[in-house]
Amino acid sequence: MHEDLLPMLLTGFGETLYMVVLSTVAAIVLGLPLGVLVVITSAGHVLESPRLNRVLGAVINVTRSFPFIIMIVLLLPLSRFLVGTTLGATAASVPLSIAAAPFLARIIENSLKEVDRGKVEAALAMGATPLQIVSKVLIPEALASLVLGLTLAVITITGFTATAGAIGAGGLGSLAIRYGYMRYREDVMFATVLILVIFVQGVQWSGDRLARWINRNQHRLG
Amino acid sequence: MITIDSLNKLYHTPRGTFTALRDVNLQIERGDVFGIIGLSGAGKSTLIRCLNRLEEPDSGSIVIDGREITRLATHELREARKKIGMIFQHFNLLDSRTVQGNVAFPLELAGWPRKEVAQRVEEILDLVGLSDKAGNYPAQLSGGQKQRVGIARALANHPEVLLSDEATSALDPQTTSSILELLADINRKLGLTIVLITHEMSVIRQICSKVAVMDRGEIVESGAVQQVFTAPSSATMRLFLEHSALLQGYGAGI
Ligand SMILES: Nc1ncnc2c1ncn2[C@@H]1O[C@H](COP(=O)(O)OP(=O)(O)OP(=O)(O)O)[C@@H](O)[C@H]1O
Ligand SMILES: [Mg+2]
Repeated sequence: MHEDLLPMLLTGFGETLYMVVLSTVAAIVLGLPLGVLVVITSAGHVLESPRLNRVLGAVINVTRSFPFIIMIVLLLPLSRFLVGTTLGATAASVPLSIAAAPFLARIIENSLKEVDRGKVEAALAMGATPLQIVSKVLIPEALASLVLGLTLAVITITGFTATAGAIGAGGLGSLAIRYGYMRYREDVMFATVLILVIFVQGVQWSGDRLARWINRNQHRLG
Repeated sequence: MITIDSLNKLYHTPRGTFTALRDVNLQIERGDVFGIIGLSGAGKSTLIRCLNRLEEPDSGSIVIDGREITRLATHELREARKKIGMIFQHFNLLDSRTVQGNVAFPLELAGWPRKEVAQRVEEILDLVGLSDKAGNYPAQLSGGQKQRVGIARALANHPEVLLSDEATSALDPQTTSSILELLADINRKLGLTIVLITHEMSVIRQICSKVAVMDRGEIVESGAVQQVFTAPSSATMRLFLEHSALLQGYGAGI
C-alpha cells in the first residue's frame, strides 16, 4: 500500500460526493417540475392539456435516449458557458444534471401517478387549486415512493460520475481510470470500487429507512 | 335551494356518444334529505357530480342557493365548491395526514387562520364522535370511522349542501345505519341540505324526506318518500319495492 493512497481517495471521494450532491439538487430543480407537469397535464388530470403533455413526453424521451458519454460531449459548450471551464467536478455536474433530470422526471411521474384519483377528486371538490393539489395532495401522498425514486436517481448519478471521471471530471471514477487502469495501481482500483460499493449501499439503506419511516403510519399495524 | 333545469350530459367514447343524463329537472328544498335512487349505470353519480361540476354538463343549468353553478368561471367555481361538502364511497382521505389533518384540510384551502382551524377541527370531531381518534391515521381506522372523518371534513367549512355519493355502500349494515343516523342528526342540528345517492331502498327509507328515481339517465319519478313508496308511478320504483319486499319477506321467514 502506497502512502499516497489515503489522501488520494479522500480527495476523490470528496469530488464524487460534491458532484453527486450538486447534480442531484440540479436534477431535482429541473426534473421535479417536469415530472409534475407530465402528470397533471395528462388526460383527465387537473391541468389536462394533451399537446403540452405530448411535448413534455417527447422532451423526456429524447434526452433520455442520449448515451451519457455523448451527452457530455454535446454539453461541453454549455459547461464552458455556465462554469467557465469544461474540466473539474463543477463543470461535469452540468451534463450530469441534464442527463439525470429526465430520468428523475419519469421516476417522479410514476410515483405521482400512483396517488389515488379519488384523493385528487376530493381535493378538487373542496376547491383546491392545481398548485394546492400538487403541494398538498400529490407530493405528500407519494412521498415515500418519491424518496425511493430519488434514492435510485442518486445511485444512477453516482454511476454517471464515474463515466464523467473518464474525461476529466475528477472523483473516484477518474482515480480508478488514471491510476488503476493506466498505471496498473491495483490498490487504487480496488479501493475506489470498494468505496463506491459502500457508498451505494449506504444510500440505498438510508433511502429505504427514510421511506419506511415516512410510511410508518400508513399501513395497518398488525 | 337547488334547482336543476333541463340538464344533459353526454360522454364521448371511441365507440360513440352516450347520453348519461337526459333532460333532468329537479327541485331540492333547503333542509331536505333528498335521495336519488336507481340501478347501476342509471346516471346517479354523473348527476351528483354535476352539482359541483366534477363533471361538466353539456347543457342545462344548476342553481344552488341563488348562484348559477353552471355559469361560474374556474376561480368562482373553486370558491363555490368550498361551500359544497362531498363524501365518497371510498372515503378518499389523505393517508399522509392524521384525522385532525384531514379535517383541517378544507379549512387550510379556505385560508382559515391556524388557531381557528384547531378549534373548528375539535368542534367538528366532537360532532361526529371521533374526538378520541384525532391523532390517528386513516390506516388505523375502521370503515365507519373513516366515513365519519369524511363527513367531518365535508362539514368543516360550514357548507350549505352536503353531497353523498354512495357513502355507505362500502360499509356493513350496522355501520351504514350509524352513519345514516349521523347524517340525519346533522341535518336536524345544522339544517343542512343533503343530497344522497344510493341503490339501496333501506337508505332512502331510513333518512330521506324526498326521493327521485333514475333510470337510464332520466328522472322517472320524484316526490315525498311516503308518497313514492305507497303509490309508485314508475316501473323502476315498483321493481325496487318488490325487490325490497322480497328481501324483507325472506328476513321475516327465517
Ligand atoms: N367517463 C365516462 N365515459 C364514458 N361513459 C361514462 C363515463 N362515466 C360514466 N359513464 C357511463 O354513464 C352511465 C352512468 O354512470 P354513473 O356512474 O353516473 O352511474 P351510477 O348510476 O352512478 O351507477 P352506479 O350505481 O354503478 O355507481 C354509465 O352507463 C357509465 O358507463
Ligand atoms: Mg355511481
